[in-house]
Amino acid sequence: MGLRKLHFAQIHGLSGDAVTDPNLRTESTLSRIAGECADPGSRSWGRRVRVYLVRSMLIALVTWATVATARADEFSTLVNALGSGSFADKEQAIVALGKLGDPRAISVLTALRDGHLEKAPDGQIINAEGAKSINAITGTEISKAAEPGQRIRVNNRLRGLIDGALGALTLFSPDPAARLAAAQDALRYPSADQAALLERALALEQDPGIRAAMEQSLVAARLVSGSKEERLAAARALGATTDPQVKSLLDQVRAAPDVDPDVRRAADAALTSIGNRLWLVGLAANLFQGISLGSILLLAAIGLAITFGVMGVINMAHGEMIMLGAYTAFVCQQFFRAFLPPGWIDLYLVLAVPVAFLCTGLVGVALERSVIRFLYGRPLETLLATWGVSLILQQAVRSIFGSPNKEVSNPSWMTGGFDPIGGFTITWNRLVIIFFCFVVLGGLALILNRTSFGLHMRAVTQNRAMAAAMAIRTARVDALTFGLGSGIAGMAGVALSQIGNVSPNLGTVYIVDSFLVVVFGGVGNLMGTLVGALSLGIVNKFLEPVAGAILGKIVVLVAIILFIQRRPRGLFALKGRTVEAGA
Amino acid sequence: MPSRIEHGKSVWGPGFWAPFSACGVILVLAVPILNLWVPQSSAAALPDYLVPLLGKYLCYALLALSLDLIWGYAGILSLGHGAFFALGGYCMGMYLMRQIGTRGVYGNPLLPDFMVFLNWRELPWFWWGFDHFAWAAAMIALVPGLLALVFGWLAFRSRVTGVYLSIITQAMTYALMLAYFRNDMGFGGNNGMTDYKDILGWDVHESSTRLGLYVASVVALGLGYLMCRYITNSKLGRLLLALRDAESRVRFLGYSVTNTKLFVFTVSAVLAGIAGALYVPQVGIINPSEFSPANSIEIAIWVSIGGRGTLIGPIVGAILVNLGKTWLTGAAPETWLFVLGALFVLSTLAFPKGIIGSIRQIRWVRSRPSVALSAREQA
Repeated sequence: MGLRKLHFAQIHGLSGDAVTDPNLRTESTLSRIAGECADPGSRSWGRRVRVYLVRSMLIALVTWATVATARADEFSTLVNALGSGSFADKEQAIVALGKLGDPRAISVLTALRDGHLEKAPDGQIINAEGAKSINAITGTEISKAAEPGQRIRVNNRLRGLIDGALGALTLFSPDPAARLAAAQDALRYPSADQAALLERALALEQDPGIRAAMEQSLVAARLVSGSKEERLAAARALGATTDPQVKSLLDQVRAAPDVDPDVRRAADAALTSIGNRLWLVGLAANLFQGISLGSILLLAAIGLAITFGVMGVINMAHGEMIMLGAYTAFVCQQFFRAFLPPGWIDLYLVLAVPVAFLCTGLVGVALERSVIRFLYGRPLETLLATWGVSLILQQAVRSIFGSPNKEVSNPSWMTGGFDPIGGFTITWNRLVIIFFCFVVLGGLALILNRTSFGLHMRAVTQNRAMAAAMAIRTARVDALTFGLGSGIAGMAGVALSQIGNVSPNLGTVYIVDSFLVVVFGGVGNLMGTLVGALSLGIVNKFLEPVAGAILGKIVVLVAIILFIQRRPRGLFALKGRTVEAGA
Repeated sequence: MPSRIEHGKSVWGPGFWAPFSACGVILVLAVPILNLWVPQSSAAALPDYLVPLLGKYLCYALLALSLDLIWGYAGILSLGHGAFFALGGYCMGMYLMRQIGTRGVYGNPLLPDFMVFLNWRELPWFWWGFDHFAWAAAMIALVPGLLALVFGWLAFRSRVTGVYLSIITQAMTYALMLAYFRNDMGFGGNNGMTDYKDILGWDVHESSTRLGLYVASVVALGLGYLMCRYITNSKLGRLLLALRDAESRVRFLGYSVTNTKLFVFTVSAVLAGIAGALYVPQVGIINPSEFSPANSIEIAIWVSIGGRGTLIGPIVGAILVNLGKTWLTGAAPETWLFVLGALFVLSTLAFPKGIIGSIRQIRWVRSRPSVALSAREQA
């Protein structure tokens, strides 16, 4: 087509509809040259015309590819052009393929880059990348020709162009993840070309998530390259996002020296709006992380709220009960992997929670019967003895399982997360732990307040002698209470195994924190423990960005130490004679 | 008060001074003689590497003594005493770092190696003065003492007692540990400070310097013991025992429980700081793990094993437990924590009076003031 038109121009020496024609430059040059060469005095007139004819035909061949992009069979023409002998032609074809936005081009270009594209003797282009050779245009398999095809050669410049084209083409890739990545990537280098590509990709895209990303990138591209109205609209639209890249883009736009004052004002408004939104997102993220940390502290501390808060036993081995629970989760996971069908592995946690409760509960009962019951009323000795027990438990676990961290994987229903407002992700494992923590707390409150065991427990705590006189077996209640506290620590361990390392030192990380939560929240008071854990978690997370993780923790520790000065016995203070009796 | 004078006589009489001086002379003389004058081939010879090890035990003994002063007599179980020990150690470490001068890896005349490594330009203000031993020595006493004074004032004023005090002292040392692990604190971060060269002009690696440090540890321990003995046998000591056993009654009698506790807590912290300062040149390193709560709680077990409220017991306990630790962690490392754990459990369950306490009970030495734990003692 282009060739024919060019030929026409050659013959008639005029530019015709060159204003809209990509061949404009070629034709006008040619006609100018033709005019010059028409000088009959020139000796080499015939040779020069021949040279120009050949050269112009070459140029025409290249431009032919460009013109053809609007055609239905453009893909096949371009792929055929790849088989051309000239690198300049291939260059044009590659760029055009990139702009074309046809997913089929991805495999062809990849094959070309890696040297797997061949030109058969009969002229068809063959993709020999896989085990079978396929026709690069139709995708149909072809039998190996008797005469092998000739490999289409590329140089480094072409490889660079191919990579560029492939980058643009990913927008049309069949893989949704690749499309999404490309759509987000486009935000980084917004340009008029990008805008055109994105418009075409948007027309084809079905997935709403990817569409949103593409639209955002398109708006960003318009902000940079569009008309004034487009730029104003784009700035207004971008004000509703939270992406830091959009923010830096807007910063660039408003900082540009030649920017229209209206656009600058719109960009400023958008930046303010983004700032507000980011602040909100940051607030929500901190709040969620704080609640998550608080729920972990709470889980670690609930058991202690029973053993320390209700019974008054300083159990320094509490952290090791958590550790034992985490190892129970590990053992359950290994059991499921070894003996049950692979599809059941997601259920191992469901088994691990009650098993951990029973195991650590039994260890707790044994600990109470063998050590702690001899030390009632001597809290400092209890502290030392249980510390000894914690050392023994740690070393025992280290001897059995070894020192390195054990890998406990999340079940599939706890992996991943979702993004509720844009800007931060709520992960499922954290959400499940928050939920689990409240279930445990609620269950415990029910046991304490609604069962006869809970009644006995409270009776023994309040007045041991009177409870014994009422035929409550106080020793049994002591053992069971301690077992309950330890069992809850074990369940906490299962939860903690889902978000952290499982190692013999797991418990030591939580022991200081759990004591502080219980003391801060109020000894012997579940509600206090809840409030204490959540407020400590949230305060910690809000301090972290300001002061850094470690300094934030130090600040919280110092604050708690100071708080204990104000309320020496926590929020829940025994008064009168019981102070002396309990101390 | 005639009874007090009688006690004073028996406490400071020849019955005390003779064994005390004998022990002191043996400790001071035996080690250098065995180390220097007995030929190395002889079985009785003390190898060079054992001298700082013995010195280290003596530092631990002084630390245990300082804890016994407050736990055994005043009923204050500090689970953060390792913090005072480590602070004293850090003050000494800072002095030793300044003594390195230009002999560090980077050869920087102004800054210690780790600051050069962190691209610091100038010495932080809190390092000023540590070029001089006198300043460092003052800080060794002042820094732990001041921390104890402020912390103790806050705690005792609000009548934080018993387990609550233990937990907040533990939180204190935990917070300090986290802080010292930070590189930008200017104390060497998690690597701490090491690679010392000189102390007071003597090479720390020389065996004569090590002997000198050992003797200094013996002297410090002896003086510390005398001071604790003086305090506990004075009227103040009686007050301490009284408030250990019935704090409210002492307060009702008109004594200031806060000031009494504060005094003894501060003295104890200074002693711990001195122990730490002597410890650092002998082991050659100070790092933030000295602040770890586990270390502090281990001190309590030395005291408990030896017998609290006996002063001599903690010294014995610290040396015995650490001898056992050195031997076991060499011979069968994985059993050490089992043994230590069992020591904690047994010493509280079966053996609450400790070694010295049990011996005294058997001998029933009536002439000595009954400092052993009373039946009413609970915290």
